[in-house]
Amino acid sequence: MPELTYREAVRDALAHALRKDDSVFLMGEDIAEMGGSMAVTQGLLEEFGPKRIRNTPISEMAIVGSGIGAAIQGMRPVVEIMYEDFLTLSMEQLVNQAAKHRTMSGGQVKVPLTIRTQGGAGWSPGAQHAQQLEAWFVHVPGLKVVFPSTPEDVRGLLWSSIYDDNPVVFFEHRTLYPLKGEVPTELEPIPLGKARIHREGEDVTVVATGRLVHEALQAAEAAESEGISVEVVDPRTLLPLDEETIIGSVCKTTRCVTAHEAVVRGGFGAELAAIIQQGAFDWLDAPIERVGARFGPLPFAPAMEQWVVPQAADVLEAIRRTVARS
Amino acid sequence: MATVEEKAGTGKKRVSNDALRGFFREMLLIRRFEEKVEERFRAGELPGFLHVAIGQEAVATGVCSALTREDVFASTHRAHGHAIAKGTPVDKIMAELYGKMEGCSGGYGGSMHLYDLEVGNLGANAVVAGGLPAIVGAALAFQMRDEKRVAVAFFGDGATNTGTFHESLNLAQLWKVPAIFVLENNGWAESTPAEQQLPLPVDQLGKRAAAFGMKLIEADGQDVEAVYLAALAARDHALAGKGPVLLHVRTFRLTGHFVGDPQVYRDREALKQERETKDPIRLLGARLELTDEDLAAIDAEVTAKVEASVEFAKAGTDPQPEDALKYVYA
Repeated sequence: MPELTYREAVRDALAHALRKDDSVFLMGEDIAEMGGSMAVTQGLLEEFGPKRIRNTPISEMAIVGSGIGAAIQGMRPVVEIMYEDFLTLSMEQLVNQAAKHRTMSGGQVKVPLTIRTQGGAGWSPGAQHAQQLEAWFVHVPGLKVVFPSTPEDVRGLLWSSIYDDNPVVFFEHRTLYPLKGEVPTELEPIPLGKARIHREGEDVTVVATGRLVHEALQAAEAAESEGISVEVVDPRTLLPLDEETIIGSVCKTTRCVTAHEAVVRGGFGAELAAIIQQGAFDWLDAPIERVGARFGPLPFAPAMEQWVVPQAADVLEAIRRTVARS
Repeated sequence: MATVEEKAGTGKKRVSNDALRGFFREMLLIRRFEEKVEERFRAGELPGFLHVAIGQEAVATGVCSALTREDVFASTHRAHGHAIAKGTPVDKIMAELYGKMEGCSGGYGGSMHLYDLEVGNLGANAVVAGGLPAIVGAALAFQMRDEKRVAVAFFGDGATNTGTFHESLNLAQLWKVPAIFVLENNGWAESTPAEQQLPLPVDQLGKRAAAFGMKLIEADGQDVEAVYLAALAARDHALAGKGPVLLHVRTFRLTGHFVGDPQVYRDREALKQERETKDPIRLLGARLELTDEDLAAIDAEVTAKVEASVEFAKAGTDPQPEDALKYVYA
């Protein structure tokens, strides 16, 4: 199997879709000549030309909103919001328009729009370039929310997002772009709403998203040497959510840790915990532990940033706490 | 569809009397529809809340008459007239206001979310300026596919103060997409008058186009012929690949912001005078020199249509509560 970086895998999915049909096109800030601020779209302008690889003004509301209009007219636009912090500028179009057209129209309208964005700490950008806001969008009926953590998943899930008939907010993690991983020779779509069990285990389930999948896998290795067997599950799609796989895993291990880079309070882990206690209450041997960032805007100095966002050691601590209960 | 003729010798276009009578009939239909809606709302039959566009009928009829069925538009919270003028039967609109499955949005939308994709109604929008970016995108799709269609956004003077307006017109002009931005300038943002919400004199709001290098076309919004001809010119401009148009029409909202608005903020005398001098239906009736008999016949015809729409709506099907989630996802 060939190897791609997470960045190349995103690009590969985009290029495949652009080649397959003319209804796919890209819009975003600096995505053409510059190839995007994360170099994801490099080379696409040369292959597909300026009509389909469109630089936009710095107008997040218009980027998302014009994507909505083109999607309703039968196109499959993929728009890029440079940093997920800037999604806040397009919230009106995402939340009031994209998510609601189908219901408000009594099923007449479809909005097959993909909104790609990225974020994540670990490089001292300060408070406005690295937030993890995925949980906000899980609260909005009508949107789908995807957050892949590996090259294979990001490629297969982006493909499925582009060809989904609903608006999909597609989160990429900045620190994962250089990550290498094997991918199938032919692009294989991965259905939305299916979790991946990265590692099987008996004692504790860690449900992790984004960068924390990799931190959780590290923590699981360390726990193994302490005699604790850890299962690591990545939902990959937060909305719709593969509740069956997650609950099934917790019923087996009887303990659970949720882990994401976003702040704990009101984070996706809270939703996971609620779903798990409902579905696996009689199996649980310990309270569900939540791992996430401390509750503050990201500070700049590396020492403070590192302390605020969760690392493998934080996941390991949480694993130990759940095991210590019995 | 009205027929446009050259005015002999002047080179100026004008609209035939027959076509103007057609406009009159449609404008009166919109007026009677909205009066009926007010009445049924006050009788407690209609859920939610409503905004009528009494006084602004010439804009809806003038603009939509210049469009083809394939052209699309997005509307505002004051949408009944636009929907009727673009061709959605009043039965379907009234049924929507009663929350019935036969409604143009299946009972999911209501007055502020009238949709009818078949005739190009991409939806009325309850967020001021909320529909503008999608119109840019729709026009972009037409441009990319080389289709001879325009996308039209209706919005008011209040919307020109939003960031969405500026981002949308900016992008539309940058990409020269075939869009028409119809600025229905009634001089009110809900209860706030022009001088408290517009940095320009109310009649000069069209100057906003210059900031984008956009073509500006202006017309008297109470004169349906002027609006129609202006909209035709705007459509020609947009389809010629010359870029979008800001179509600025000064109009008058002869009622409150919403049905039941006591309008404590409004000068009674000025409103009375506007009603006497700015009513587009009365102005057109006088110009056509309609006799009382003509008028009564047209009125009886449209009133009967409106009455029938109420009967249709009342006989409609109530949705099942659990149908609420049927269309969350495609």
